[in-house]
Amino acid sequence: MRKRRITLAKVAAAFGYAFLYLPLVIVVVYSFNDSRLNAEWVGFTLNWYRTLFADDDMLVAARNSLVIGLCASAVSTVLGTMAGFAMHRWKTRVLPILVLTPIAIPEILVGVSLLIFFVLLNFTLGLVSVAIAHIAFCIGFVAIVVRARMAGMDESLTEAARDCGATPWQAFRYVTLPLIMPGVIAGALMAFTLSIDDFVITFFTAGAGTVTLPLQIYSMIKIAVTPEVNAVSTLLMLLTLLLIVIASRLSPSLLRSQESTP
Amino acid sequence: MATGAREAAQVRGKWLVSGPPILYLLVFFAAPTLIMAAASLRTPGEFGGLAPLVDEAGKLDLNFDSFARFFTEPVYLEVFVKSVIFATATTVLCLLIAYPLASVIATSPKRVRSLLLLLVILPFWSNFLIRIYAWMIILGPNAALARGVNGMLAWFGAGPVPLLFSSFAVLVCLVYVHLPFMVLPLYANLEKHDPALLDAAQDLGAHAWQRFWRITFPLSLPGVYAGAALVFIPALGIFAIPDLLGGPNDTLIGNLIKQQFLETRDWPFGSVLSIVLTVAALALAGLAAWFGQRATRARALVDA
Repeated sequence: MRKRRITLAKVAAAFGYAFLYLPLVIVVVYSFNDSRLNAEWVGFTLNWYRTLFADDDMLVAARNSLVIGLCASAVSTVLGTMAGFAMHRWKTRVLPILVLTPIAIPEILVGVSLLIFFVLLNFTLGLVSVAIAHIAFCIGFVAIVVRARMAGMDESLTEAARDCGATPWQAFRYVTLPLIMPGVIAGALMAFTLSIDDFVITFFTAGAGTVTLPLQIYSMIKIAVTPEVNAVSTLLMLLTLLLIVIASRLSPSLLRSQESTP
Repeated sequence: MATGAREAAQVRGKWLVSGPPILYLLVFFAAPTLIMAAASLRTPGEFGGLAPLVDEAGKLDLNFDSFARFFTEPVYLEVFVKSVIFATATTVLCLLIAYPLASVIATSPKRVRSLLLLLVILPFWSNFLIRIYAWMIILGPNAALARGVNGMLAWFGAGPVPLLFSSFAVLVCLVYVHLPFMVLPLYANLEKHDPALLDAAQDLGAHAWQRFWRITFPLSLPGVYAGAALVFIPALGIFAIPDLLGGPNDTLIGNLIKQQFLETRDWPFGSVLSIVLTVAALALAGLAAWFGQRATRARALVDA
């Protein structure tokens, strides 16, 4: 009797996995399809990838995404590590609220409030405003990963370093930092991925002249479905997959990081 | 004296480390949020944005006009109610799909467990727009699904229905995008269940459905509430999905906010809509936390 219930759950779970993956598989498969319509399989081609690499707008968008992603992940890794460290060491009350709220509330709210903020300050919307916005929400994700790593660390090691006469900075630099490094790198990779992938907040803070990969994809699919989008999607998914698998190897707690978000 | 100096150094260290992230988030998150809240009381500018805070007569121009507009023009309340309905339906459907997934992962052998969990999380990390685009392909008028469904409908003598650009498409994609948020907290909860409880229930003669409904489900309520909050809150504020997959009647509050800020450029009213969204989201998060705590307390009683 109990066996049968479990099999039923297994069938339902298999459907769940199919629901999660079938759409993505279709996007990838049709990127190699020799037809303009994403409707049925005609034959194998790499033409859509050729079109993609000849598309100047797309290349500019990719370069912008890369620049923003590198800046946002560099700054948010430093600030996020500090925040994660402080949250673990001093159990402060303000910091967790400030760090976690931007990722807990609907993204659109962060986007529009930053839009008003930049426009009122006469700050030109563009690469810089997008990077500033990305840093604001990436800090929280880095902080969560770093805090989880610190929680698994043996505190007595830092105390031993201090007893041996190390300054607080030395104790951090030569004892704590090397121990939490996997968490820091995982956080950096995650921040880069989040930045490259972000659409909603970028949409409000980019202004008219600046295009990132998600914004370019948005304006293309708003007009029509074309397999060039499948090609760029496939490459973007590959990149994300690679980064996230590396990050979750470095920091297994990453798998649980979303739970502590609210 | 020496301890005093050391303490002072510690306080300084604390501020040196926590200061920069706090400062950054105060400037680029807290301040913009407060400015937006204040903008809801201002008058819209002649050419978009905001009218001057102090008018020609030298009077401070703050009013509740935009709030009044939201509560008096029924079309806006309708959109808000529709958004709540969509978000609720999304939450319920996510729960139905996520529960078997989470329980299968939680009861699977330890060595495959993290792989199965990773497989749930990976789609979450693929680009949000790509996941919407995938449904544009699947539900498109030339795709196999639409042809199959409409072929069947024609057989029964009914006219063809569009799958894409409909409420159906919006709902399917909302569920698709938010599913991982439901699986994770459910899994985290189910993983901690003691299998001995179910064995005991079986020995006492409870059949499969009773074991689930009387034991597993009540114990998993904290996970259900956490997952519901994680799905409901982002689903309430979504604008890209109705924008790309919905029909003309599928405007949700997220679309209204986008419209007010980027097209109409009526910032005060856009801010009012954003505040309504924030209050609704916070109220729900609070409610979920409260229910979750109650359920956890009930669980503690069972454990004791």
